[in-house]
Amino acid sequence: MTTTSQVGKATPPSTRHTASAGSPPLRQSRDKIDPTFYWMLIPVLALFAFFITLPALVGVFFSLTNYAGYGDWKFIGLTNYINIFKDPAVLQSYLFTFFFALTTTVVVNVVSLAIALGLNARIKWRTGIRTVFFIPMVLSALIVSFVFNYLFSNTLPVLAERFGLTPLASSILANENLAWIAIVLVTVWQAAPGATIIYLAGLQSVPSEVYEAADLDGAGSWRQFTHLTLPLILGYLVINVILGFKGFLGTYEIIVGLTGGGPGMATQSVAMRIFSGFTGGDYSYQMANAVIYFLITLLISVIQLRLIQRRGVSL
Amino acid sequence: MTVSTAMPDSASAADVRHQLPVRRSSREGFKINWWLTALMLVASLTILLPLYFTVAMALKSADQIGTGTGLAWPSPMNWNNFAEAYVATNFPKAFLSTAFVTVFSVLGALASSSLVAYAIVRNWHRKFFRGSFVYLLSAMFIPFPVIILPLIKQTALLGLDNPGGVIFLHVLGGISFNTLLYIAFVRSIPVELEESARMDGATTWQVFRKIIFPLLAPMNATVGIFAFLGSWNDFLLPQMMIADPALQTLPVVQMLFQGEFNTDYSLAFASYLMAMAPTLVVYILAQRWVLSGVMRGAVK
Repeated sequence: MTTTSQVGKATPPSTRHTASAGSPPLRQSRDKIDPTFYWMLIPVLALFAFFITLPALVGVFFSLTNYAGYGDWKFIGLTNYINIFKDPAVLQSYLFTFFFALTTTVVVNVVSLAIALGLNARIKWRTGIRTVFFIPMVLSALIVSFVFNYLFSNTLPVLAERFGLTPLASSILANENLAWIAIVLVTVWQAAPGATIIYLAGLQSVPSEVYEAADLDGAGSWRQFTHLTLPLILGYLVINVILGFKGFLGTYEIIVGLTGGGPGMATQSVAMRIFSGFTGGDYSYQMANAVIYFLITLLISVIQLRLIQRRGVSL
Repeated sequence: MTVSTAMPDSASAADVRHQLPVRRSSREGFKINWWLTALMLVASLTILLPLYFTVAMALKSADQIGTGTGLAWPSPMNWNNFAEAYVATNFPKAFLSTAFVTVFSVLGALASSSLVAYAIVRNWHRKFFRGSFVYLLSAMFIPFPVIILPLIKQTALLGLDNPGGVIFLHVLGGISFNTLLYIAFVRSIPVELEESARMDGATTWQVFRKIIFPLLAPMNATVGIFAFLGSWNDFLLPQMMIADPALQTLPVVQMLFQGEFNTDYSLAFASYLMAMAPTLVVYILAQRWVLSGVMRGAVK
């Protein structure tokens, strides 16, 4: 090992030393490219194009037809798109999905930042407590939702009745005004560990000298948090908000496990509506829905990236 | 573009983490915050109670469940539930199918994204490789629901409506994110390391296999953990892609207990527990390793 590294140092500055190496060596290396590098990349690219890009294009194509998922079809232009804007069920699913994603993003970030602060503080049995808090990360969201489904629809009502809380004595999953709360709670339960990890990484990147200086200046813990910790981990907060919001927009499994989109269509997410095109005979219609959904998420991503750049936080 | 280098905190985050044991021990000289410890213990009940509940339910007979809260511990424990759930869900088959999908998804993710990242980083000055990088990354902006309907039709046409097809999509679906993780890491490997091997006549494949891939070990762990969890717990793709119910994976099999007239909750919970146990056991046994791996992904 030592000999090889010495040989490595002895060689003159490498010709394949990335873009910064200047132009003459570049030209030399361009002649010398090892075809192996193409073999490493191209098969994956080809599969990627075939399994990810092609379906996307096919989907856009069929969104302009009246294809039902089987049988004949013909072009109908933008009719599907126009109909979607008149469809109360679709609009309802968008409203619900955005409301849900926003609420969940806020709650997840508050909860996980609190947990991260707790785990980063001087607590006893830190490793054990940390292990417990990250358990939800390894469990299937669907199965977790099934478990909570029973808790919400059987355990909670029985407990509520016992303590005389009549408003909660029936399952909140069956209440179209409250079912979303259950979905938010389980999503937070499931998603908080992932966000907590990012916050922990952020908190540990803050050098302890900063706090020692603040201690000397007599800043209390709340002031330290708002004036020191929060600005210093802002980049991590931004990442969590972006990743979280995007993920929650596509929420599916937890809703399937809790309400199945009900009661009625009160908790049906956009993803669920799109998937219904699979069996519902409105394949092309739901593809148009999917394209709109894609454009909206793309718009959100672009806005978020802009905001990041302006804040000087780079991904 | 420079995923890790552009993030100002990432380098220091990594440094601090290495110093962590030292810092922690110096901190233990401080007073332990018992109030906060108590608060965290109470908060951890939000995680532990549902798990306790699952175990308690799995050990009850139908009579013991009755109309209670389900929170009481059953006094004669009904271990028979597990045996019945084992038969009802055809557990060995579902387990093998899930394990098959997971193992090959993990291997595929490791091999494909490390190769792609290596090829891209070492040829960054070539337009083709830089363009490929942007192309692969663009997939991160395509939400899955957008491609799923045509995708299912396409895989069915190709005869990939089986666990094999799911593997393909797990690998390709994760390739953007995994390549991103690897690229940051490959950049930190000096080219000089390979130059010497090349002078000894090693081919690019050999350089990758013998030098680069072993050096990627920490990132392999991170990518492997994410791929393992994502694949084992995935519901959407297997549910939509696998046509033969006998080949379904563990999460999808649990739908069996969601029938309108099913009231056999003890059986259902025994089955849930059996489906959750593998990842839970692996996590608890290797929690330090898993958390450090995931943490590395978080920092990048």
